[in-house]
Amino acid sequence: MDIKVLGTGCSSCQTLERRVREAVEQTGSDASVEKIEDMQQIMQYNVMSMPALVVNDEVQVVGQTPSVNELADLLGA
Amino acid sequence: MLESFADWLVFGLAGLPSEAHWGDAVHFFVYETMKIGLLLVLVTHLMGLINAYLPVQRVREWIASGRLRGSEHLVASGFGAVTPFCSCSSIPLFIGFLQGGIPLGVTLSFLITSPLVNEVALALFIGLFGWQVTLIYAASGILLGTVLGWALGKFRLGRFVEDWVWDIAEGRAEQAESTQKSLWERLPSVSHEAMGIVTDIAPYVLAGLAIGAGIHGYVPTGFFEQYLSGGNPLAVPLSVVLAVPMYANASGILPVVQALVAKGVPLGTAIAFMMAVVGLSLPEAMMLKKAMQTRLLATFFGAVGVSIIGLGYLFNLVL
Repeated sequence: MDIKVLGTGCSSCQTLERRVREAVEQTGSDASVEKIEDMQQIMQYNVMSMPALVVNDEVQVVGQTPSVNELADLLGA
Repeated sequence: MLESFADWLVFGLAGLPSEAHWGDAVHFFVYETMKIGLLLVLVTHLMGLINAYLPVQRVREWIASGRLRGSEHLVASGFGAVTPFCSCSSIPLFIGFLQGGIPLGVTLSFLITSPLVNEVALALFIGLFGWQVTLIYAASGILLGTVLGWALGKFRLGRFVEDWVWDIAEGRAEQAESTQKSLWERLPSVSHEAMGIVTDIAPYVLAGLAIGAGIHGYVPTGFFEQYLSGGNPLAVPLSVVLAVPMYANASGILPVVQALVAKGVPLGTAIAFMMAVVGLSLPEAMMLKKAMQTRLLATFFGAVGVSIIGLGYLFNLVL
């Protein structure tokens, strides 16, 4: 699984990244987590609010920071 | 009620003398910290909730549809006022608007108001200057975005937007609309984000209040009148230029500004300064540089800067 966290330096973007990493650890999957900060790359995904979560090139979360459990559910599916 | 609690805490419980300068300063600090803390928590929660339910995609379609008959600039500017504080959200929206077929001028209306009118500035303004000044600040911010976006839209500035912005406009799937959740399910995450904003800015606000308290306690009333009142015509542009590098401390600066106003700095100069602190930020310029060519960026910031100076003079005349 290929996970990308889209977001610049704002605090909720950092929160989402931290929670995604926790959720990945919790589910024990071998997913790769990448943080994308470059605006041009971020806009490729057509998201208009930060932070956003992209799983296998599909946008799953926009402008929200779900809890670790919610993320684990999302990633575990 | 808060005021009498602060009275009791500072003069009663701690036993500080109310007639001494430092007793006065401590009382100011305690009272303002409680009041502004409460307001910040309240306003960030309110704005967080509004944003959780704001259908960004539909707002974009609504503005792009052309059904607004000339009020697009006002709607875009108003939308900018309710979107959050941080520029990491307003710049994707700016680009998303352009890609959705919204004209550049309308998009600039959004981009001008977005940082200018934000939840943190509003909470601080209510706490420090009261409702009237807050309304004047918010209304003039929205008006500034509306008028300036409209004026900039008259020039053919679209060619100075970087090509990649236009390139990805087509062929993208609709973004996932946020999932339907009830208010109670949303509240924890909204609250978490709101408290995140408050804790992020708390050190700056406290430092600003401490400096403000010192000024309140020790600087004589009317002290600045001799330097900064109508007698000094350069005060407004000077304060706008001084404001540009202060973005990181925006929330700490307002309490200091309030103390300066109480000691004789004209309100218009203070409002212009505050608008310049949040509206002309270097980090935002750095991010916009990715999407705009230097000429457009310079025109944009120049126009906003000049307008803020104009507003400052106007307020000094009227208020």
